[in-house]
Amino acid sequence: MNRGFAIPMLLLIAAAEAPLPDPSQEAAARALMHELRCLVCQHQSIADSNADMAVDMRRIVRERIAAGEPPAAVRAYLVERYGDWVTFDPPRRGSNLIIWAAPFLFLAIGAIVAARQFRKPRT
Amino acid sequence: MMKRVALFLPLAVFIGFVAVAIWRLGEPGNPAIRSQLVGKPVPAFALAGLGPERPGLGSADLAGGGPRLVNLFASWCIPCRVEAPVLAELKRRGVVIDGIAVRDRPETIRAFLAEHGDPYRRIGIDSESRAMLALGASGVPETFLVDGKGIIRVQYIGELRHEQIDTVLAAIRDAS
Repeated sequence: MNRGFAIPMLLLIAAAEAPLPDPSQEAAARALMHELRCLVCQHQSIADSNADMAVDMRRIVRERIAAGEPPAAVRAYLVERYGDWVTFDPPRRGSNLIIWAAPFLFLAIGAIVAARQFRKPRT
Repeated sequence: MMKRVALFLPLAVFIGFVAVAIWRLGEPGNPAIRSQLVGKPVPAFALAGLGPERPGLGSADLAGGGPRLVNLFASWCIPCRVEAPVLAELKRRGVVIDGIAVRDRPETIRAFLAEHGDPYRRIGIDSESRAMLALGASGVPETFLVDGKGIIRVQYIGELRHEQIDTVLAAIRDAS
């Protein structure tokens, strides 16, 4: 990449990454970025990634929040296209239920095992 | 006897866990994320073209006519160069191909087309990946088969290869 191209490119990236003027909207946008998965990175959120695609996804998030869309609607827009994979907060339905139920299931098994151990007569 | 087995159970579970961890670390899952829009209409987008002689591409251009391929490419994309002869062959066999140039500029697109051939009817410049994200694509190259009613029928992730030509042609016949 030559210099004549690099400098406008950097300015373009800086412009794309400018925070929203409304601090509460910017906070909502950032919170959402942390729970959206970068599709081309290994388990990074789009907030944590410098991949081009993460930059473009952050721009979409900021634009939609600035236009007054609630974060849930912005998330729904991406889930509609990429499926539940795109969110780190998988909805509680279908096979995802296993993820949500597993901790409680294992806790219950542990409690049963512990209770049985305690109930045993001491020798 | 049962007690003996029970004693070794935690160790067995632990060994199983380590085995799975080693397996996955050695071969990390890198799943291709498929678009959820297959079977649904092309989402709304409108992209500028290369200039007056080459109009851009919008979802309205994909709504009528016969089935066609929408190929996401970029001049900076190495696999797209590998794919170029395959697209040329598809065009030679009568397939209509529209292009979306992702994160690209007119000058570099022109240079790419001059070097690797130009199989495209229309080309839209998607400088901010908006159309790519709207389509549920995760990168370049990707190719969508859109039928005459503007419904996405198939998504091909990665470059189309010579051995896929017959499959693609069959899918296009199915879509008409």
